Amino acid sequence: MNRTYELMFIVRPDMADEDLDKLISTLETAVSTTGGTVKSVEKMGKRRLAYSVRRFHDGVYVLLTVEGSGGLIHELERRLRVTEPVIKFLTVRIDEEQKRLDKIKKIRDARKKAAPAPAATPEGGETAAVTA
Amino acid sequence: MAEESKAPTAPSEAAAPVSEGRSSHRPGPRGPRPGGGPGGGPGGPREGGRKYFRRKKVCKFCVEKIESINYKDVRLLAQFVAESGKIVPRRLTGVCTPHQRRLSGAIKQARNIALLPFAGRAN
Repeated sequence: MNRTYELMFIVRPDMADEDLDKLISTLETAVSTTGGTVKSVEKMGKRRLAYSVRRFHDGVYVLLTVEGSGGLIHELERRLRVTEPVIKFLTVRIDEEQKRLDKIKKIRDARKKAAPAPAATPEGGETAAVTA
Repeated sequence: MAEESKAPTAPSEAAAPVSEGRSSHRPGPRGPRPGGGPGGGPGGPREGGRKYFRRKKVCKFCVEKIESINYKDVRLLAQFVAESGKIVPRRLTGVCTPHQRRLSGAIKQARNIALLPFAGRAN
């Protein structure tokens, strides 16, 4: 059962860039060995935290989108938990939401195509209704 | 709904409002306010008790057709969080129930990942 998840995690601000890259690549290999795929990695950069976490007021946000099973997420979360520089993380399942959005978009697009026809020429609208 | 039956939608016009989608259920001469959050965000304008005409509040998400309420969109979420960090209730913002449900979920996720504060202003 493959699902799409978004893992957002915060690493401590004093972490070196190379270390962060290394951490991300180890996570990526962990994903591929567990039978999932990494869809995207986005470093969102340093941000001020809304509240202090482990006495840090800033953090480097990283967003990882993966596709895989629940076991994969379990493993990734375990890794994040034991990785010392990671101060906070959040996993969100996004495939259902994406499905919902796609559906809405499809309906809207269909409406957009249907709407201009009757507005431009009333006869054209009627023929469209007949064919529909 | 009583409002809908009163709606001055002639049969000839009916096609247009229907195609507009959800926001069409509030007919009226004034129409929805497109800009700034309906009813305002934190501590929005409230005519407390005075005999002013109170503008009908409309759901920002329905009007602007914002479909995705994502925890990463801090700018959007912050409009519905009071100074104290609390989620502003529907009765003040005018957000419809389905959207408020999504909104509160997103705000809670954002709090978890330190994008929004649990209490107080983000420092």
